[in-house]
Amino acid sequence: MTIDKLNELKETAFKVREHIIKMSTDGGCFIGASLSCADIIVYLYKCFLNIGKDNLSNPQRDYFFLSKGHDVPALYGTLAESGLLEKSRLNNHLNTKDFLYWHPNTNIPGVEFHSGSLGHLLSVAMGTAYDCLLCGQNNKVVVLLGDGELNEGSVWEALLVAPSLELNNLVVIVDRNKFQANIETEKLIKLEPLAEKFLLFGWKVLTTDGHSFIDMEKIFTDLKEDYNMPVIVIADTLRGKGLPSIESRADRWFCNFTNEEVYNLLEELRTQEKTILTSETLMVR
Amino acid sequence: MNYETLLENLVTKDERFIIMTAENRAAIRNLPSKIGKRFIDTGITEMTLVGMAAGLANRGRIPVAHALATFLTMRAFEFIRTDVGIANLPVKLVGGVPGLLSEANGPTHQALEDISIMRGIPNMKIFCPADEDDLMLCIEKILTSSSPYYIRYNNRKPCYSHSADFSEGKAEIIMTGRNVNILTYGYLFTEAFETIRLLKWKGIDAGLVNMRTLKPVDEETIISTVKNSRLTVILEDHFLTGGLFSIVSEVLTCNKIKGNILPIAFKEKWFKPSLIKDALEYEELTPLNLTKRIIKKLEEL
Repeated sequence: MTIDKLNELKETAFKVREHIIKMSTDGGCFIGASLSCADIIVYLYKCFLNIGKDNLSNPQRDYFFLSKGHDVPALYGTLAESGLLEKSRLNNHLNTKDFLYWHPNTNIPGVEFHSGSLGHLLSVAMGTAYDCLLCGQNNKVVVLLGDGELNEGSVWEALLVAPSLELNNLVVIVDRNKFQANIETEKLIKLEPLAEKFLLFGWKVLTTDGHSFIDMEKIFTDLKEDYNMPVIVIADTLRGKGLPSIESRADRWFCNFTNEEVYNLLEELRTQEKTILTSETLMVR
Repeated sequence: MNYETLLENLVTKDERFIIMTAENRAAIRNLPSKIGKRFIDTGITEMTLVGMAAGLANRGRIPVAHALATFLTMRAFEFIRTDVGIANLPVKLVGGVPGLLSEANGPTHQALEDISIMRGIPNMKIFCPADEDDLMLCIEKILTSSSPYYIRYNNRKPCYSHSADFSEGKAEIIMTGRNVNILTYGYLFTEAFETIRLLKWKGIDAGLVNMRTLKPVDEETIISTVKNSRLTVILEDHFLTGGLFSIVSEVLTCNKIKGNILPIAFKEKWFKPSLIKDALEYEELTPLNLTKRIIKKLEEL
């Protein structure tokens, strides 16, 4: 990856994080999960997926499914920075005049399928992947799961089925931020050894640093090879990445900050100096 | 032509169709070898079946997904409601052995609330054929519809030559009685048909309506039947709650209509697991039983 490309990605990810932080007031958003997957989504749209304004209704485009729908601010931000969504619409977050609410929906250009209920979009993506193969197309189908989402039985059911259907155009990415809503994953429902589990289910398993564009580039370049099996990428991430004051904290999942706190958090994003936060955390789930 | 051949023909002439199953191949056993990749068996995975069907439909396909009615509508309920319902995708859900057809399997397999829960989903439509002929006369229109559909699969041998004139939301009026009329759907159509013959022998002018689609429902026929009957019998192999009795009650309430109604359904209970003929006897659903129950009700009016 060239330095220029790397800088462009970092710049985009920074802007996406600014968008996310701005959505964490006046009703708030799931900021922790959004910040953990922001770099992954930016990388996918900028470097991996063939999805753009001109091919959104073309069946030969690639498909991206956000199964852990509560981190949609990261997607809204990326769609805005990719020219798929008008940036001015981000100001409509949670406003009844638009459709930018806490979970994705197809009223937003670029959103392939609505989500919010965990454990759904792997199977929806599998149906899409099956049809792409049936049509003889060579497009990719990517679905992003949360690690907390792996508690859902429907995910494991679908994980069992996909290799038998030989869905070799399917890429699953797990945003492994090691937290579920209220608690660390390993302190509630243990996922480890996660890679081994996926391997035993018949998947090709790759791991990456979900905040390193260089590392992701290595992994996703490899994906262009033919593995003859569906692929899972475990992306190691930090909840709240980019804001030291909320990073990897169990109590900063959903946040509704004051306007002043948001102003300070935008500063924190630039300086990495911790903000003093007094807003209470809402435990939605 | 049977159901399986009809599906094969549809797949051949219309590239949108994909036939799916969660390893319930009873009605489609010979299709895999005939339609190749257009047949998908996801194994015993109702959630994945429905999720994949939504993903296929989102690409323009019409998936026809088969599983046992209980597991399809209940295990995968949220997938139907959330992935198919919210997106209003033309997925066709075919529930095998619904209601009494589960015979001796026991309550785990008795889909007696499938209509209730399916009709609560916005956009979802429901088709309940009276027998194999009724199924075959209507199914192509149902499958080519742009709506999501729940089909209460019923391949009972027919006792009546049904009308080929079908449109959704239109009931099939078998005959109109001046005294008693039975509204029914699905498996018990045959019992209802025999019942009105018995009632006629006893000098009671009785009629019968085959509802066909329960959503949309034929409100006009419901209203005229109740208005013009001394007694309207609502017969169904479903829980009393949420099925045709509830649908009729809603229609009558909304239209400010009163009438004498005898609902015959399973009230807060599952039926006795056994071969169907024995279950009908045990649950007092044979034509003789039904005739007695109707005459008793008439005497009370």
